[in-house]
Amino acid sequence: MSNLMPRNDLLLLLGFAIVVLAMPIWLAPFGAGYPDLLQRFMIFGIFAVGFNILFGLTGYLSFGHAAFFGVGSYAAVWSFKLLTLDAIPAIIFAVAISGLFALVIGFLCLRRSGIYFSILTLAFAQMSYNLAYSVLTPITNGETGLQLTLSDPRIVDVALGKTLVGQPVPNILGQPLSGYAGFYFCAGFLILAFFLAQRVAGSPFGMMLKAIKSNQTRMQFTGFNTRPYALSAFVISGMYAGLAGALLAVTDPLAGAERMQWTASGEVVLMTILGGVGTLVGPVIGAWIIKYFENILSALNDNILARFWSFLPEGMDSVLVKITSKFVGDGWHLTLGLAFVIVVIFLPGGIMEGVRRIAAAFRRSDNSAKPSARTQPAE
Amino acid sequence: MFEVIFLQFLNGLDKGAAYALIALGLTLVFGTLGVVNFAHGALFMLGAFCAVSVRMFLTMETVTVDPEKLSPWGTPLEVREPLVQAWLGDFGAVLVNYSVPISILITIPVMLLVGIALERGIIKHFYKRTHAEQILVTFGLAIVAQEVIKSVFGPNPIPQPMPTDLRGAADIGSWLGMQANVITYPLWRLIYFIFAGVVIGGVFAFLQFTTFGMVVRAGMADRETVGLLGINIDRRFTIMFGLAAVVAGMAGVMYTPLLPPNYHIGMDFLVLSFVVVVVGGMGSLPGAVAAGFLLGILQSFASMTQVKAIIPGIDQIIIYLVAVVILLVRPRGLMGRRGVMEA
Repeated sequence: MSNLMPRNDLLLLLGFAIVVLAMPIWLAPFGAGYPDLLQRFMIFGIFAVGFNILFGLTGYLSFGHAAFFGVGSYAAVWSFKLLTLDAIPAIIFAVAISGLFALVIGFLCLRRSGIYFSILTLAFAQMSYNLAYSVLTPITNGETGLQLTLSDPRIVDVALGKTLVGQPVPNILGQPLSGYAGFYFCAGFLILAFFLAQRVAGSPFGMMLKAIKSNQTRMQFTGFNTRPYALSAFVISGMYAGLAGALLAVTDPLAGAERMQWTASGEVVLMTILGGVGTLVGPVIGAWIIKYFENILSALNDNILARFWSFLPEGMDSVLVKITSKFVGDGWHLTLGLAFVIVVIFLPGGIMEGVRRIAAAFRRSDNSAKPSARTQPAE
Repeated sequence: MFEVIFLQFLNGLDKGAAYALIALGLTLVFGTLGVVNFAHGALFMLGAFCAVSVRMFLTMETVTVDPEKLSPWGTPLEVREPLVQAWLGDFGAVLVNYSVPISILITIPVMLLVGIALERGIIKHFYKRTHAEQILVTFGLAIVAQEVIKSVFGPNPIPQPMPTDLRGAADIGSWLGMQANVITYPLWRLIYFIFAGVVIGGVFAFLQFTTFGMVVRAGMADRETVGLLGINIDRRFTIMFGLAAVVAGMAGVMYTPLLPPNYHIGMDFLVLSFVVVVVGGMGSLPGAVAAGFLLGILQSFASMTQVKAIIPGIDQIIIYLVAVVILLVRPRGLMGRRGVMEA
C-alpha cells in the first residue's frame, strides 16, 4: 500500500473515512444525527469534491454544474423505472449518461476561457433547465417531477421474477436503502470519490491540470495541447455530479427540474469557495456546513429563539428575538450571503485557509512544531 | 404577415430595452473599474423597490373607526383617509397617480449614494483580486440585498399601477399611415422604450461630449497614464459606478408597472443581462446595447405561435442558444476587444 500512495495521503484518507463513518455519532449532539440530513451531507460532499476537480485544479469556473446533477437524477430514476429497482445499475447508468452529457457540453464550452466559459456553461445549464420544464416533459415529467409508480415496466426485475409489494423503493440486492442503510451506502461513495479525487490531484494528470490553472499560455507554448486535459477534468467532474444526482435519486426517488436551475449551480460554487478552493477536504466541509445551516437555521422559529434568549432581562430578549429571527427560518439565505461576503473578503482561501492560519499561529507561539490535525472540520 | 412581424418586433423592444439598460450599467462598471459586478441585478431590484416605497409613502392613510356608521357586516366602519390627498388636495391625487415616474426623482440620489457606498465600502478592495473573487463577493452582496428586501417587503410581488393617463394602447399602425387598430402597442411599453433610448443616449453623450466623460474614457483606455497626469481617476470611476447604479435603478423603477417587482426580480434579469453583456462583448458599450435589443427582439419572435409550432420550446432557450452560437463563432462576442476577461 505504501508504494501505491504516500503515507500522508493514506492517513488523510483514513482520517476522512473515520470522520465520515462516525458522523451519526459525533453529529448527534449538534442535532444533525439523522439519516436524511446525513445522506445529503454525503451527496453534496461528492458534488463539491467533483466540482473542485474542475474549478480547484484547472481554474475553470463552471456556472452550470447543476445540469449534470439533474441529468444524473433523471437517468437514475429512468433506470429504476425501466430496468430494475437495484441501485447499482442506476448509478452506473447515471454516471455514464452524465459523463456523455459533460463530454458534449465540455467540448463546446472549453473552446473559450475566463468568463466566456462561465457564461457558456450557464447558458447550457439554463437551456437544459428550461427544456426540462417545457418540451422535454415526456422525459422529465415537467413540474411534477419524475416519480416511480407501481405500473413501471422494470424489465430486469420482471424477468428475474421479482414481484413488488407496496411502494417501489430503490434497493441494493433486495435490501431497501432507507435510513442509515442509505447513509452508509452514500458514505461509501463519498469515501470512494474522495480517494479518487486524491489520486487525481496527486497524479501527473493532476499536475497538468494545476499547470493549466497557473499558466495555460505557457503550457501551450511548451507544446502541450491543454484542451484534452481540461476536457477530461470537465468530464470527470460532470460524472461526479451525475453520481451525486443519482444518489439523491436513490435516497429520494423523485427527480425535479429545479435541481438544474442556476441557483443550484451557484450553491456548489459557494460550497467549494466556503470550504477552500483547490483543497481536498475543503469543498466537503463547505458542503456540510451549508447543508447543516440550511437545515438547522431554516427550522428555527420565533418560539425557539425566544427560549434561547430567555435568560436575558425582559424587553432585551424580545428585541434580540426580533433581530435574530431575520437571520433564521426563511431568512437563512441572508446569513448565508453575509457569511459568504465575509469569507470572500477576509478569507479568500475559505475555511481551510482559516484552519491553516490558526495552525500556523499555534506553531509560532510554541515552537514544538507539532502540526495540528488537518482533517478536523472547523466547527 | 407584415403586421404580425412588426408587432413582435415592437413587443421585443421593451424587454430589449430593459436588458440593454442593465447590460449598459454592467459594462460601464466593467469597462471603468474592471470589476464583474454580479450585484448589478440587485441594484435594478433596489430601484424597483424605491418605486414601491415611494408609493407606500404617498398612499399612507389614516384609519379612524367611525362608531356612528356601520359597514354591511355590522362592524363599525373604518374610514380611510389618504394623507397626501388630505394635505394637498387634487395635487396629492396627481402625485399618487404618477407615483412611478415621480419615484425616479427619488431613485436617482438614492441609487447614486448606494452605488458610491458600495464601491467605496467593498468593491474598492477587490480591484486587485481575481475575477472569480469579484464575482463571488458581488454574488454574496446580491443575496444579502435580496434577503433584506424580502424581509422588509415580503416575498410576494407588489403590483405598481401605471398612471391612469398612460394606460391603454398606442395605435402605432395608424401613426405610420397603416390601417387603424391593427398594430396597437401598450403605451407604457412605448414610454419605457423611449425612456431607455433617452437614458442610453444620455450616457453616451455624457461620455462623449463632456470633459468628465473624456477623462473617464481615457481612464478606461489606460488608467495608469491618466493617473500619472495628476488626475484623480479613482474618484471619477467611483462616480461612474454610482452612475451605473442610477441607470440600473431607473430601469427598475420604470419596469415596475410592466412586471410587479419581487425580491428576486434582479436575479432573474441579471442572468440574462450577463448573457447579453457577454454576447455584446465584455467592455463594449455599443455591443451591450445592441445585444440587449437583439436578444429581446429575438425572444419576442421566438414566442410566436407560428415559430413554436416549427421548433417546440424555442421560446424557452432562444437567448441561451443565440449566446452559445455567437460565443462559439465570435470568440469575444459581437464587439468585444481582444484579451479582455479571457484569463
